[in-house]
Amino acid sequence: MPLYLDDDQTVLQDTIRDFVAEHAPVSHMRALRDADDKTGFSRDLWKQFAEMGFNGILIGEDQGGLGLGHVEAGVVLEEIGRNLSPSPFLSTAVAAVEALKGTAQAERWFPGIIAGETVAALAIDEGAKHRDTVAMTAERSGNGFKLTGAKRFVTHGHTADLIIVAARTGGSADDTDGITLFAVPKDAAGLTANAERLADSSLAARLEFEGVEVDADAVIGEVDAGRTPLDRLLRAGRTGASAELLGVGGGAMDMTIGYMKERKQFGTLIGSFQALQHRAAHLYSEMEVARAAVLKAQQLLDLGSDRADEAVSVAKAMTALATTLSVQEGVQMHGGIGMTDEYDIGFYMKRARVLAEMFGDANFHADRLAVAAGY
Amino acid sequence: MSDLDTFRSETRAWLAENCPPEMRKPVRSEDDVCWGGRQFKPSSPAQKDWLDKMAAKGWTVPDWPKAYGGGGLSPAETKILREEMAAIKARNPLNSFGISMLGPALLKYGTEEQKLDHLTKIARGEIRWCQGYSEPNAGSDLAGLATSAEDKGDHYLVNGQKVWTSYADKADWIFCLVRTDKTSKQGGISFVLFDMASPGVSTKPILLISGNSPFCETFFDNVEVPKVNRVYEENKGWDVAKYLLGHEREMISGMGLGLSGGNPLIDGAIATVGLGHDGRLADPLLRASIALFEVRAKAFGAMSERFIDELKAGKAHPAQPSMMKYYGTELNKGRYELMMAAGGSDALEWDSDRSRGGAIPRSWLRTKANSIEGGTSEIQLNIIAKRILELPA
Repeated sequence: MPLYLDDDQTVLQDTIRDFVAEHAPVSHMRALRDADDKTGFSRDLWKQFAEMGFNGILIGEDQGGLGLGHVEAGVVLEEIGRNLSPSPFLSTAVAAVEALKGTAQAERWFPGIIAGETVAALAIDEGAKHRDTVAMTAERSGNGFKLTGAKRFVTHGHTADLIIVAARTGGSADDTDGITLFAVPKDAAGLTANAERLADSSLAARLEFEGVEVDADAVIGEVDAGRTPLDRLLRAGRTGASAELLGVGGGAMDMTIGYMKERKQFGTLIGSFQALQHRAAHLYSEMEVARAAVLKAQQLLDLGSDRADEAVSVAKAMTALATTLSVQEGVQMHGGIGMTDEYDIGFYMKRARVLAEMFGDANFHADRLAVAAGY
Repeated sequence: MSDLDTFRSETRAWLAENCPPEMRKPVRSEDDVCWGGRQFKPSSPAQKDWLDKMAAKGWTVPDWPKAYGGGGLSPAETKILREEMAAIKARNPLNSFGISMLGPALLKYGTEEQKLDHLTKIARGEIRWCQGYSEPNAGSDLAGLATSAEDKGDHYLVNGQKVWTSYADKADWIFCLVRTDKTSKQGGISFVLFDMASPGVSTKPILLISGNSPFCETFFDNVEVPKVNRVYEENKGWDVAKYLLGHEREMISGMGLGLSGGNPLIDGAIATVGLGHDGRLADPLLRASIALFEVRAKAFGAMSERFIDELKAGKAHPAQPSMMKYYGTELNKGRYELMMAAGGSDALEWDSDRSRGGAIPRSWLRTKANSIEGGTSEIQLNIIAKRILELPA
């Protein structure tokens, strides 16, 4: 498989690029923020995504989806990133779908996701930094389980119809095994969600589970074997967040290069200054390398390769590094106007920071590479 | 089974049968690298055997046409061959500026006679080439070169001096930029080929900070070059030169991928610093530096794969080799800075057996030239800014 988009994927990219730019440009996000919207995204837009078929992009055709792969899902996410479009696409159509895939829970939740009626949230993180540890407990109780503990940084956690929760049915926090994944409906008794607005104006919830009772059929996959669907979820989420970061970094870079071609100082275009040209060219190089790393991870995931895990960490770390550079250079090269709320470039900086943190930052993923390589 | 699956299994079987075990170990010094040429003395029977077998299949240049000594493989087949060679850590059977630089230029601009003559000899490793580009007053401003070629009817009379000519003292032939018109800078250059044994050619090695002399000063004193040895039209050599530079940059960018076999950086750090009880390098800051470096190195590995795929499919931007050259060489310098840090005082030993004759410090010093040769990093950034990002002049 060559490492570039094939013809079908390029056609899909054109479609998605036009659709997102038309229906959810940066002004859409700005309007939601200015209205102090408490949902954090537009349910109408989520419906439109469904009508375009995007929501079922990773769901098999036999279950009503498009039956495509992570490369195609990434194409959608890159445009979401480029336009800073608030959307539950990453958590729902990518990460949750991958977790549910092949389990009994798929039949229950896929139709709503495909129809644009269901939004999923991922209750994975317990600390301020993403880790592979799970301390939250799920005790056997009657016919089901009782969940106790807290999760945070749960995007859409306060409005989601479905919350995927990683909890411990055995062992201790750092153990790889003994984890079970649950599909918890939003109205479960004992579950409280407190949404906080983040720096990028998106919303993430802190969830408290105080003995939340769920039936045995809420288990995704097998009891004590939640590591398998959780790993699927994480690989998909990390790769998807990388693709969205690529869009954020690429969007900021395009905006900056465009500005360099129109802004004059000392009576000449600032884009003609060699000091800025070299920095722009360096930025371009970092973004290109990041793009290759993302596509490599997506392709290996789609192939089911045993090298996918490493490629996913490379992609997440590399996009965080490259996009951070892109947004920082973006604000700097815009000068004072880049610091104003009126101008969009600052939004890119805020969104990049949130995505860089999501599913593990560059240091977390570099550490994973080191552990895997035995040092 | 698809045709490509069949090709893969046949290639795997052929390599298993024909690649000598000694040729599946990491290259440890310059002696292990096979450059071919008239002066070539194999460092082992296995090295000679491996070259001969690969050349016989055309696999020293797998994607060149069979008529010119190549393997006639498609891009997909070439990629499979490279993957299968990498899987068994097979050494490159032949390193050659003829393969990586002159060959592609001749395939595009050469006459049929030039292709049949030179390409087949390159493919078999019979002739070793060097590149006559830089001059004392024409480095980054390459088109400012002064070496003159005077029209003498059926031949040119070449006079002048080149510098930084890699391995000029070991090469058999040179591909050389000469001035055939003084009135036009880029439009007065021609691209010629000649034998380094021609009367009037002399070379003098330049001792570098690494203690080695891979580069030479090269002098031409009334060298007669037959006109049939000119590639492409007179005064249009700059087109050939630019095309070839793209391939040179592609080749140099490969340095960013690191050495074949194992990871000397990680192995070296473990050997000197050691692992703690948690299985982690005992120096946490060195560990972090290496891990973040590895992120970029592995991402660049994907970039190299993407670049080659796009190049083969005609999808790469013509200036993209500049980005590859820039990133790859800066990465390689960073790698050797870390190799020195990981090696500590061991890596400082200049001549000892323990340091294999100072392999790491000499390589570390050698990498500092990566961002100068083949066009400096600053020149590459200029090209990216102007030709890819289309920033104003």
